Amino acid sequence: MNTHKKHPSFLSKLNTISKKRLSGDSAFKTIVMLIACNIFLILGLMIFKIVQSSWLSIQTYGINFLWGTTWQPFPPNPNAPPSFGALPLIWGTLITSSIALFLGVPISLGISLALSEFAPKSFNYVISFFVELLAAIPSVIYGLWGILVLIPFLQNNVYPQLQTVLGFLPFFQGTIRGSSVLTGGIILAIMIIPTVSAISRDVFAAVPNSQREAIIALGATRWEKARIVMSYGRSGVIGAIMLGLGRAVGETMAVTMVIGNSFNMFTSLFEPSSTLASIVANEFTEASSPPVYISALMEVGLILFALAIVVNASARLIIWRSTRNVKEVEMF
Amino acid sequence: MERLNYKIIAIVEAVVLIAVIVSFSVYGFYFANPPIRLSGAGATFPAPLIQKWSAEFKDMTGIQIDYEGIGSGGGVKQFTDKTVDFGASDPPMKDSEFSAALGTLHIPITIGGVVPIYNIQGISKGLNFSGQVLADIFSLNITRWNDSRLATLNPSITLPDSEIVVCHRSDSSGTTKVFTSFLSDESVAWNATYSASNVINWPSQTVGGKGNPGVAAAVQQNQNSIGYVELSYALQSDIPYGNVQNAAGKFVEPTLETLAVAASAVSFILPSGDASWASVGSYFNLHNVEEADNAYPITSFSYILVYKELNVRSGMTLDKAKALTWFLWWAIHDGQHFASGLSYVPLPQAVVTHNEGTLRLIAFNGQQVNNWT
Repeated sequence: MNTHKKHPSFLSKLNTISKKRLSGDSAFKTIVMLIACNIFLILGLMIFKIVQSSWLSIQTYGINFLWGTTWQPFPPNPNAPPSFGALPLIWGTLITSSIALFLGVPISLGISLALSEFAPKSFNYVISFFVELLAAIPSVIYGLWGILVLIPFLQNNVYPQLQTVLGFLPFFQGTIRGSSVLTGGIILAIMIIPTVSAISRDVFAAVPNSQREAIIALGATRWEKARIVMSYGRSGVIGAIMLGLGRAVGETMAVTMVIGNSFNMFTSLFEPSSTLASIVANEFTEASSPPVYISALMEVGLILFALAIVVNASARLIIWRSTRNVKEVEMF
Repeated sequence: MERLNYKIIAIVEAVVLIAVIVSFSVYGFYFANPPIRLSGAGATFPAPLIQKWSAEFKDMTGIQIDYEGIGSGGGVKQFTDKTVDFGASDPPMKDSEFSAALGTLHIPITIGGVVPIYNIQGISKGLNFSGQVLADIFSLNITRWNDSRLATLNPSITLPDSEIVVCHRSDSSGTTKVFTSFLSDESVAWNATYSASNVINWPSQTVGGKGNPGVAAAVQQNQNSIGYVELSYALQSDIPYGNVQNAAGKFVEPTLETLAVAASAVSFILPSGDASWASVGSYFNLHNVEEADNAYPITSFSYILVYKELNVRSGMTLDKAKALTWFLWWAIHDGQHFASGLSYVPLPQAVVTHNEGTLRLIAFNGQQVNNWT
């Protein structure tokens, strides 16, 4: 990657030659730049199209769309207009993602700390391989596994015990359902582990060895060394968590298959619900009329898009700030 | 990754590019003399049957039928837009849809039934339900399996004292439309609160699954649950399903036979092929039909839609018109032999005869297409 820095004289020589003779270079540069600029075009078109398609819904429901709690494309009274509100979907998305972070982040940090600080090299390779394998599994497979294996297991062996122990809390009360918010959160936790652990492993690996040597020289234990490494890479880890959050917020297929898909402002985690992404996956295929129905689904997509941009942008910002502080090493 | 081998990437790109160019030119050459190819789109319920027909018909005639199961709503839309040669829909067209696609013929091609499925430990198939009780269960008015209203219908079975988990379709679905149309007719309260449509604003504590397999999985994975699916899904999986009380007061087990009885009963009151079929409804309302003693009550046709005058579709030729009519004629006769193997209900003879009359109406540029029978 750093070949430019290694051969500055060669490069400057090449530059002078190219200015004189190789006019093909400028053509190549133009082509490559155009290809790169496609990304703005694609993103711009997507934003434009989503806003355009959801405009009808934005006009009809305005800001109330964000905290409305009814979702009735076809009201029982045929003369009543359809009504849409996204609050239960936003609620479902936030809670499932929070469960995912609550359960997934400690495991991911454990994996990445073990890899960067404790594990022998051969073990390191094996674990990294399996973590990356986890990232490569298509989400529909997670969903199938969730519905066929995870739901029966949790419903019979985990949820009843959980209710006995923590049943005094409002969010562990009520009838236990396998297809529920909690199952959705647990599936998401498993799915964000590869993202969070791979990035935080890189962050920990980027902590300069001088730091480790210094703390060991002061007589620190391995745990104290790990703590120093963690605090050194703190902002990078926060970035990794945000990227995991981004994945959890946008994940569609697996969640749709286990969350129970009901339009529900839930209080108990054993209740079924929906997320922003899952309702689009469920209802878009046949939503042909009324026109405001499609538009409302597009507005749900717009909210999701905005959420994804905010999460990803802040993750990038945090990672960028942390890498700027650690100048000695290159991170990605 | 230490170093990307750009040479390999470039070679792969070049090979793919060449392969694409070569295959396109072969394709173009081949289609200088194209075989006949027809396209259809619509309901997902009959899709496996139509695809089976398409494969058999191609072996026999070389004519290719491409069918996309995109849903009844999408099928009616594409048919009305004239972007396909035929459409398919589970419910018949509404009057408004019919007048937007003038000259539509409704051809019932198979019969579907919606059945209640459940998962209660120790209880096999054959629980009795009435329309009113189903409406009460799905609207959470009956919340426990040992409710007296269920016990009255099932005196010999001891139902557990546990909460009912209600499962339903989470996607927009013709199956939901059929089921809720039945509930709306049976229960005033259901009609007022939820009514009948492809998407229902279900009570918030209910579980949704995507597609028939999604509902079946939700029922199988949640104990003490109830849901509704197409009969073929219930027959092909091991989930217990219930009997439903019909207009004659009998509790009828859904089978290929009892669905066929319902279709035979309704066949005497079918509209002519080129009229609006909206009156047939999303399911057969057999309240005034005497022959329906053993008819399963939540039964409906699945339709193929074609235009009476085929030249309204751009690119239609006499050869294609003949091929399409031939296919439909074959499907309602020989094609029906494939139905029961795939858990579909073969059409009763009375409906086949009715369809024959409809297919004779098909014309191209004013000339009757089906002139071989």
